[in-house]
Amino acid sequence: MTTEQRPDTTPKDWKTDYDIFSPAYIKNPFPIWDEIRASECPVAHTERWGSSWMPTKYVDLFNIARDVTNYSSRDVLVAPTGPEPGTENQPNPYAEIPPELQNQDIGAPPITSDPPVHTWARHLLLPVFSATAVAKYEPETRALCRELIDGFIASGTADAAAGYAQQIPPRVIASMLGIPQEESETFTTWVRGFLEQGLTNPEIRGESATKMFMYLWERIQDHKANPRDDLIGYLLNAQVDGQPVPEPHILGTCFLILVAGIDTTWSSIGSAFWHLAQHPEDRKRLIEEPELITSAVEELLRAYSPVTMARYVAADVEYNGCPMKEGDRVLMNFPAANRDPEKFPNPHEVILDRPVNPHVAFGVGIHRCAGSNLARMEMRVAIEEWLKRIPYFELVDPEAVTWAGGQVRGPRICEVKFPAGGK
Amino acid sequence: MKITVDQEKCEGHNRCFVVAGELFELDDYGYAHEVNGGEVPAGMEEKARLAIVNCPEQAILIVEE
Repeated sequence: MTTEQRPDTTPKDWKTDYDIFSPAYIKNPFPIWDEIRASECPVAHTERWGSSWMPTKYVDLFNIARDVTNYSSRDVLVAPTGPEPGTENQPNPYAEIPPELQNQDIGAPPITSDPPVHTWARHLLLPVFSATAVAKYEPETRALCRELIDGFIASGTADAAAGYAQQIPPRVIASMLGIPQEESETFTTWVRGFLEQGLTNPEIRGESATKMFMYLWERIQDHKANPRDDLIGYLLNAQVDGQPVPEPHILGTCFLILVAGIDTTWSSIGSAFWHLAQHPEDRKRLIEEPELITSAVEELLRAYSPVTMARYVAADVEYNGCPMKEGDRVLMNFPAANRDPEKFPNPHEVILDRPVNPHVAFGVGIHRCAGSNLARMEMRVAIEEWLKRIPYFELVDPEAVTWAGGQVRGPRICEVKFPAGGK
Repeated sequence: MKITVDQEKCEGHNRCFVVAGELFELDDYGYAHEVNGGEVPAGMEEKARLAIVNCPEQAILIVEE
């Protein structure tokens, strides 16, 4: 038997050669951020996956997020997509897309838009994601959580990530959009293909995007033929400056809602359960003081922020001595900002009633997550329903927990055990 | 004490409304606006300060009179 030693590509110097897809970073990025943040070079740089910069201090994230002139959102993923589809013997993943969509810049507006398009595209979405608007989906979210718990409570074990957290957002999003919930497993596969495996594999990314575009395009056409009162129906009826919204734009927005509404929220819910499984004192507080849940959700979002979208440097610019070149990416490391000790005392400690918590888990500036109220509602309901019936639970094996990371971080396998039947 | 929400800076995080719902209202887009002309009723100054420090956009200001 031979043992093949794979070359260790773990960065030696995270300040000048970081790799957000390295297993060490995915598993435990917190000490890496601390090291970079405390160094003479708190905006790190790398050439891996293309030239990118990574601020780690709250103040730097705040400044860069608000400068939408120098830092464009035209591309929010860090790894390059590779050669243009269809060239250099690359298969064209968009070949099957209907002809009316070929050569259209579909994107994922408004997350991939800059002003002025961003302004109207965002205003189109905000009213349907307001706290009042998402409250409508709370009863069905609660029923869904109960049903999921019913499925595993008697056994005394559950995968809090794959069997619970991951099951909630796809169904809620499907219900909002007005597409069949039964297909939520398929959505999950596509979204993971796009945002997890696809981040470092352009082929999987392209294929997953194509499948989502094709599926959503069919659903949009179906909504046109059979009008319904749901989010797709709303987008089809909406007008901007007296004109209907172009259908490729509606497609891009539905794509965004599906992608951004699924992977991110389940990551947050999963991390919350990973934390609670290891902190009986926090579970006890939430059970004894249920009114703490709102601030607890904010604190868990701060400590385990899942999302690191990127910006595209629009023109050569210097930021704090960093010579950023046009086309470089800037990783908006809001999760690191949320653990900056200059902004948050004892940043690595989860303090459920942290009184001062201006966290930027949802970003800051004009791209603040439009779905933040939906994510908060899903997180709160998922925790409330679980704790009511399963107040005592712990990790089966802390070493067996697996994480996805890079630009969206959260547990993917997180087995927990509890007294069979709960309580 | 008098406060105001800078509409150029507010991005609709809704944190002020959660921390001090008596002092703010949200419009259909989720943007926050001060109520009662921004006048903070006596005894609510601490809540107003909490809203200010919890705003990620630093959009809430004390109006100097």
